[in-house]
Amino acid sequence: MIDRLAQQTLLDPAGLGDHELTTLLGTTFGRGVDGGDCYFQFACQEGWSLEDGIVKSASFNIERGVGIRVVRGEQTGFAYSDDIAMPALLDAARTARSIADAGQSARIAVASRAPSRPALYAPENPMDSLDEQSKIDLLKEVDAAARAADPRVTQVMCSLSGVHEVVLVLNARGELTTDVRPLVRLSVQVIAQQGDRRESGTSGGGGRFGYRYFLENDRAAGYAREAVRQALVNLEARDAPAGTMKVVLGPGWPGVLLHEAIGHGLEGDFNRKGTSAFSGRIGERVAAKGITIVDDGTLEGRRGSLNVDDEGTATQQTVLIEDGILRGYMQDEMNARLTGVQSTGNGRRESYAHLPMPRMTNTYMLGGEADPEEILASVEDGLYAVNFGGGQVDITSGKFVFSASEAYRVEKGKVTYPVKGATLIGNGPDVLTRVSMVGNDMRLDPGVGTCGKEGQGVPVGVGQPTLRIDGMTVGGTQAA
Amino acid sequence: MSTSPERMAPDLEIQALSHSAESLQGRVQRTLDAARAQGASDAQAVVSHSVGLELSVRKGEIETLEYERDQSLSLIAYFGQSKGAASTTDFSEQALLDTVEAACRIARYTEPDPHAGMPDPALKAGDWDDLDLDHPWDCDAEQATELARAIEAAGFAADSRIENSEGASVNTRRAIAFLGDSQGFMGGYRSTRHAMSCALVARDDAGMQRDYAYSVARHAADLDACEAIGRMAAERTVRRLGGRKLSTRSCPVLFAPEMARTLIGSFTRAISGPAQYRHSSFLLNAVGEPVFPDWMQIEERPLTPRALGSAPFDGEGVRTRNRPLVADGVLQSYTLDSYAARRLGLESTGNAGGARNVTVKPGERDFAALLAEMGTGFLVTELIGQGVNTVTGDYSRGAAGFWVENGEIQYPVEEITIAGNLKDIYQRIVAVGTDVDRRGNIHTGSILVESMTVAGD
Repeated sequence: MIDRLAQQTLLDPAGLGDHELTTLLGTTFGRGVDGGDCYFQFACQEGWSLEDGIVKSASFNIERGVGIRVVRGEQTGFAYSDDIAMPALLDAARTARSIADAGQSARIAVASRAPSRPALYAPENPMDSLDEQSKIDLLKEVDAAARAADPRVTQVMCSLSGVHEVVLVLNARGELTTDVRPLVRLSVQVIAQQGDRRESGTSGGGGRFGYRYFLENDRAAGYAREAVRQALVNLEARDAPAGTMKVVLGPGWPGVLLHEAIGHGLEGDFNRKGTSAFSGRIGERVAAKGITIVDDGTLEGRRGSLNVDDEGTATQQTVLIEDGILRGYMQDEMNARLTGVQSTGNGRRESYAHLPMPRMTNTYMLGGEADPEEILASVEDGLYAVNFGGGQVDITSGKFVFSASEAYRVEKGKVTYPVKGATLIGNGPDVLTRVSMVGNDMRLDPGVGTCGKEGQGVPVGVGQPTLRIDGMTVGGTQAA
Repeated sequence: MSTSPERMAPDLEIQALSHSAESLQGRVQRTLDAARAQGASDAQAVVSHSVGLELSVRKGEIETLEYERDQSLSLIAYFGQSKGAASTTDFSEQALLDTVEAACRIARYTEPDPHAGMPDPALKAGDWDDLDLDHPWDCDAEQATELARAIEAAGFAADSRIENSEGASVNTRRAIAFLGDSQGFMGGYRSTRHAMSCALVARDDAGMQRDYAYSVARHAADLDACEAIGRMAAERTVRRLGGRKLSTRSCPVLFAPEMARTLIGSFTRAISGPAQYRHSSFLLNAVGEPVFPDWMQIEERPLTPRALGSAPFDGEGVRTRNRPLVADGVLQSYTLDSYAARRLGLESTGNAGGARNVTVKPGERDFAALLAEMGTGFLVTELIGQGVNTVTGDYSRGAAGFWVENGEIQYPVEEITIAGNLKDIYQRIVAVGTDVDRRGNIHTGSILVESMTVAGD
């Protein structure tokens, strides 16, 4: 049985029933075709933003369309249509099919796949979880909390966004899978001024649920206070050191280290093509003993989680590194087939107008034994970085960066003073071999990450415990 | 007020757009009418549509063949000083009405902003020159395959250390867009963009390196030859083999043109309207102040025929014009849309949608002469990570490139950072090269900076 909401949203308006879907399958796939899918998607999104104390703008967006992908060997043909109607679908199907030799069409029956486990999120439309006035009140509460936190706060910008997405995947085998995905996010940025000096601080959170999450446990105001705290720390920051030193990374969002340093390099497409610094290294030591890293799309309500990936495969927990040894890559269907393994449920795409590829979900390191205080106390001279902006990696050389937005100097085991944001640079295949202490405080990020690859953005999560890394290059301006 | 007729090349069969100019204009008008009917005091609508083909070849075989066809309708509805925005990719009449309804519903909840509203009608484009932006390319999948194969093959042939490829690709796209508003503005044009690129992987005992080359233009005839693109990709990749770290030091830094562009990109962000009215710019209130050395000139040239950033009017229909941004090192103007202009008590500069063809006046020396002038220092050819704080100007980015001594490249460098503060970096620019890169919205030659901090071992 097809999920009612998916059927009503995607199929019924175009009059698509079993007969039409069978015709579409027969036209798209068949002999000479190894895989592919018809990806039906409906997504609506809203955003409310506050600036100067007033909610002065808001937007609403609706996208609806179908992407048709035909895979033969290592080749992919792809076409999409914003028009979900039989003539446009057949036209896109024939266009995508042009990649394969004109073979006989085949009769493929539609078989609806039932979920293999309980849903990780409710199929609710998050936009309906609060009325419009309450959304505005929520943003005003954030604004008020930020301004009340410190008189040096001069600007507060915050935004609330919600996405309601319905997907239906009909693959080349005729298997039909659906998923209804909520996603919300609240973001805050503040500017604080002291004399002529201005600094900013940012915070936020979210996940796959409704807006009421932000009303619970004083979360919204908490984000505001956190952004203010960061801005005030930065008002006191001195120039960052330059050079190679011991670095202690805080728990949670600094896990962006793992995403850049090893995550991308373990995606199946780069490894099939042999272009990753990790290619052909399964079974080798790539991290210190005691380090285990997983990608897990099955965490309830997390921003990076999915019931099924964008190819209809159930997500799973995939062990990437176990006790320091490289165990596996993240796969979508095509790369799994071409390398003789199973998909790990990591086939993701930004929308129907984009091709799927192996992408991360929630990538994190399991906790260790060390007390975080003990880790800091062990550092004679180094940097303690607790908040980061984004990062980037060169998959082939393995060089990666991530930029600290809140960091401190550590001297003789004590955190002494804040330093300005600086970029940290390292080499993916060996940075984790330099991890000498793993904290017992594993934490996931608050739900703010978006990963970009080949121009496609998808929501992801990261996490880690406090870590001590013995030797990373810190890109400040002061000779250390 | 005027309704400008369309000035465009005849619609050829090749890269035929599925929606005519008349039907898109009609859709804009119906959207505006529906918004007024729902009580909007003013409205602005954009309808756009594009078709494209992207083909990539890897190791001689087709890897992906993508047919692109996009369309969208977006609307801003004003109810006095309150506004709401909505957009859709659905071109049904019902979706048009739903979109109008959504924008109007939102506008009833947003709060009045004294600065919100339509642009000053006197600033809008009345008539405009054809900027020569529409050059459809008769390139089907078969021809694209041949071109991509030729690019990649030239790359493999250039050097035996090229052992792998991320592929060569050909991308061609044609777009049409119309903007209309309730004050009677209606304007639109067609444009094309064609690109060819190649990314290769080389290996030696020390490991693998990847790099790429690309060419992009409005007219296919302006693209570089396939062989040149493949060879350039191979040269750029192979020269990175054996990269080393540097020790931490201060030294001169020469930004190759495609990296110099990012330095100027930070400047355009800092002088943008929102950065100014939010007081979140390291160049706050800097008009009239020396930002660059007194010999530097930077212009915005949105009216350059065939250039990639050209447009006859901005995202609000305000006429664009070629104008100085920096004269003799002194900042002349911000880049403002009408909202930012009202916030700052100034006039719109036709920059809704950003600055266009920002052009740094080249100096008199070419790249080799700049290397010689630097003498000993770091040539940066790649930057990674964000690492630029627009509020403070603090700059710290991952870099790769080459160590230079006596004006000669010595060896490749990787896994280092370069850092400083942009206010200081701009003042320490000592030369701009003649090697201008026009493949984007910022046109500049190499930029030599007197000194920055390099962090490494």
